[in-house]
Amino acid sequence: MAIKDEIKKVVKKAADKIDEAVEQAAKEANVITPKMAKIPEGPLEKKWTNYKDHQKLVNPANKRRLDIIVVGTGLAGASAAATLAELGFNVLNFCIQDSPRRAHSIAAQGGINAAKNYQNDGDSVYRLYYDTIKGGDYRAREANVYRLAEVSNNIIDQCVAQGVPFAREYGGLLDNRSFGGAQVSRTFYAKGQTGQQLLLGAYSALSRQIGKGKVKMYNRHEMLDIVMIKDENGEERARGIIARNLVTGRIERFFGHAVVVASGGYGNTFFLSTNAMASNGSAAMQMYRHGAYFANPCYAQIHPTCIPKHGDFQSKLTLMSESLRNDGRIWVPKKLEDAKRLQAGEIKGRDIPEEDRDYYLERRYPAFGNLVPRDVASRAAKERCDKGYGVNNTGLAVFLDFSDAIQRLGKDVVAQKYGNLFQMYEKIVDENPYENPMMIFPAIHYTMGGIWVDYELQTSVKGLFCIGEANFSDHGANRLGASALMQGLADGYFVLPYTIQNYLSDQIGVPRMSTDLPEFAEAEKRVQEKIDRLMKIQGKRSVDSIHKELGLIMWDFVGMGRTAESLKTAIEKIDAIKKEFWTNVYIPGEAASLNNELEKALRLADFIEIGRLMAIDALNREESCGGHFREEYQTEEGEALRQDDKFSYVACWKYTGEDSEPELIKEPLDYEFTERKTRNYKA
Amino acid sequence: MDGYINIKVRVWRQAGPKAQGHFETYELKNIFQGASFLEMIDILNEQLIAEHKAPIAFDHDCREGICGMCSMYVNGHPHGPDSAITTCQLHMRKFHDGETITVEPWRSRAFPVIKDLMVDRLAYDKIMQAGGFVSVNTGGVPDANAIPIPKPKADEAMDAASCIGCGACAAACKNGSAMLFVAAKVSQLALLPQGKIEAKQRAKNMLAKMDELGFGNCTNTGACAAECPKQVSLAHIARLNREFLAAKFSD
Repeated sequence: MAIKDEIKKVVKKAADKIDEAVEQAAKEANVITPKMAKIPEGPLEKKWTNYKDHQKLVNPANKRRLDIIVVGTGLAGASAAATLAELGFNVLNFCIQDSPRRAHSIAAQGGINAAKNYQNDGDSVYRLYYDTIKGGDYRAREANVYRLAEVSNNIIDQCVAQGVPFAREYGGLLDNRSFGGAQVSRTFYAKGQTGQQLLLGAYSALSRQIGKGKVKMYNRHEMLDIVMIKDENGEERARGIIARNLVTGRIERFFGHAVVVASGGYGNTFFLSTNAMASNGSAAMQMYRHGAYFANPCYAQIHPTCIPKHGDFQSKLTLMSESLRNDGRIWVPKKLEDAKRLQAGEIKGRDIPEEDRDYYLERRYPAFGNLVPRDVASRAAKERCDKGYGVNNTGLAVFLDFSDAIQRLGKDVVAQKYGNLFQMYEKIVDENPYENPMMIFPAIHYTMGGIWVDYELQTSVKGLFCIGEANFSDHGANRLGASALMQGLADGYFVLPYTIQNYLSDQIGVPRMSTDLPEFAEAEKRVQEKIDRLMKIQGKRSVDSIHKELGLIMWDFVGMGRTAESLKTAIEKIDAIKKEFWTNVYIPGEAASLNNELEKALRLADFIEIGRLMAIDALNREESCGGHFREEYQTEEGEALRQDDKFSYVACWKYTGEDSEPELIKEPLDYEFTERKTRNYKA
Repeated sequence: MDGYINIKVRVWRQAGPKAQGHFETYELKNIFQGASFLEMIDILNEQLIAEHKAPIAFDHDCREGICGMCSMYVNGHPHGPDSAITTCQLHMRKFHDGETITVEPWRSRAFPVIKDLMVDRLAYDKIMQAGGFVSVNTGGVPDANAIPIPKPKADEAMDAASCIGCGACAAACKNGSAMLFVAAKVSQLALLPQGKIEAKQRAKNMLAKMDELGFGNCTNTGACAAECPKQVSLAHIARLNREFLAAKFSD
């Protein structure tokens, strides 16, 4: 017996040594292993349970002694802030709007997915997981996606308990609809305002905690830097933020034992997008400059159903919910001469007879039809318009037609389901969509890329966490409809409040730090210097005029179809814009007061850097996957062609300095549990 | 068909909360009628910036009628002359060539002006903090389908819940009352079994906070519902009153 034990010991020692050597070698080769990403051991369906069973927790008395900063009040930020406060932590919560209720999650229309299988149509946690992984074109982490599908059901329970008025059947039970990329009905919705209702639910939970004094809310405050302080081992940890009070212009300092960033996506790099005007990527860039990796920046989602652009003065694009594709049929004319007459305004959509309409999604993808995933639907629309079949005066639009649905269900039922969306369309376009088909075109909507996080949602910087759209974690190269709301709330309600404790459990001895420490002073000085530098330029161009120029470059060269050549051109042009911005921007007024132009300039400075990073990443990824389409890599039928042998990894970009190129670190995606296939929505 | 118009815009300018405000008139040429009202303000601001003048400060964000941030009084109406929309959904096709358009901030005691067209609506957040929630923590809640809710009730709750908290109701009210805002939340939650449990206390707490913050009382003029961009109905005020009275009787 003794000998056996002895042998076991020796073997274990040797195995540990091998593990250590592997980790060391990986580090040197700039590779992130599953261990570094803290992915728990065990079978897929046991990982999250295993994690929770063995993670470290913080006891109630100690929670009171810990301060957590949460930046952002969208679905992820508000749900995290509320839940952390309920648990007993002290939370400092920041938002740039005048109220936490205005975060852009509010604009999500269609719904939220969950694997409840209330419709008895064959749904399960595994199926939701599988659809999400497949929808993401096999570029997401298996363990994260499975956890997301697992907690999806808790989210629906939680929201109903908060008083979220989801749509119901006549029997009083919850109703569901279908979304792209799924063959089951698993999407819960509240009219066309699901994001609003879920956000107001999280906002009400947050308001309750603000009322109790457990959350200190800072409205109209924008984070401008993160404060890093070395611990006793010389390791840097995030310990606070520098924020600008947008009303007074004052720069303020805040301490936290940990910092959680939930600042949303960077789609506004394109100037025109479905994002809100103030949505920005600056928080992400601040994390990046402190050493957090920026993962897969090139994965941006182009949403197929947006109202087409109508003029140069345009400030944003409006989304028409994906739910419309449940009943709406997408088409363009079969004949080029019909398209020309539509473009000239001589005829309308309803004038074209049925037999002359090309329902191209139903034709190309019979199995999924109008409900193919967003990337597929967007590219198909571009393909038709590039060939000259566009249906409006710019030739950049396709029809979304409800005449069939109106005939089948009646106008009242259609109005009940989509009334607010039809009203929105009519107000913007001045045309009645009940009588004439809607016109739609793809637009930038969501960014799957974002700050790299491990399984605990911690970035590569200690004490710095990133949740919601701001991180990269769950959607791979393409997000399915109704999954953004699911991920935001999963992170905020059910994942981060657990995982952050694993970090905080050994921070309970760390006292609250004074914001007079030199690290805070230096961070504030850096911010002040950047602002001063911007204010001093006093050039000739407005912030928006430069931003619009950046947006056009992004759309033309880093948009729906990318090539090595277009991306190289983009990088050159973005460098020129950067120079123009830093020498010729004009910001009126003073820095130490309410100054909207200064706010926009600070954000644009970062959008320029993000645009460049997107182009670099897209150039590196020599394959087509999900929202990233490299024209050199497509099948004969024009479908995306992945290169699994070369690019099955998360591309993590590490900041190396203002004027040097970022360094590439890879997290290989080894599909242990799921077989990778070419995505097929045809049969 | 949308054409191009020349307009004059008469805008309230106020440098800060305590500064004296005044109207300033600007001329704009060749404005496309397909542009939104806020895009027209963008164009005006670009013009001001080019002349090295201070741009007009105004609140706006989603620009699709849901965030509740935009808050302008246009030609005497909150969110302008069209119905059932926010300012960001108002389009220039609602105005004619040669028109002078008057733009003011919300004018209500509980919403002090911060600058130009921007006001402070923190009071609405504070009312919500006083009771606009169901007291449940994250986790440990029953299955979502455990309690069936009649569809008409769920639909009515949804109508109430569509309030975007923009403040148009209080701004439109001659008493500066926030009754419609409070009623929307009280009514939504009172209609649902999950919120019913705290319904009375909620009505009392939210109304007490409303009074404390300097909002006026309701005299049923109905201006709030007429101007509400989400068409929240006056019936919710009736339900709020019922909840409030019931609460008083049970005290």
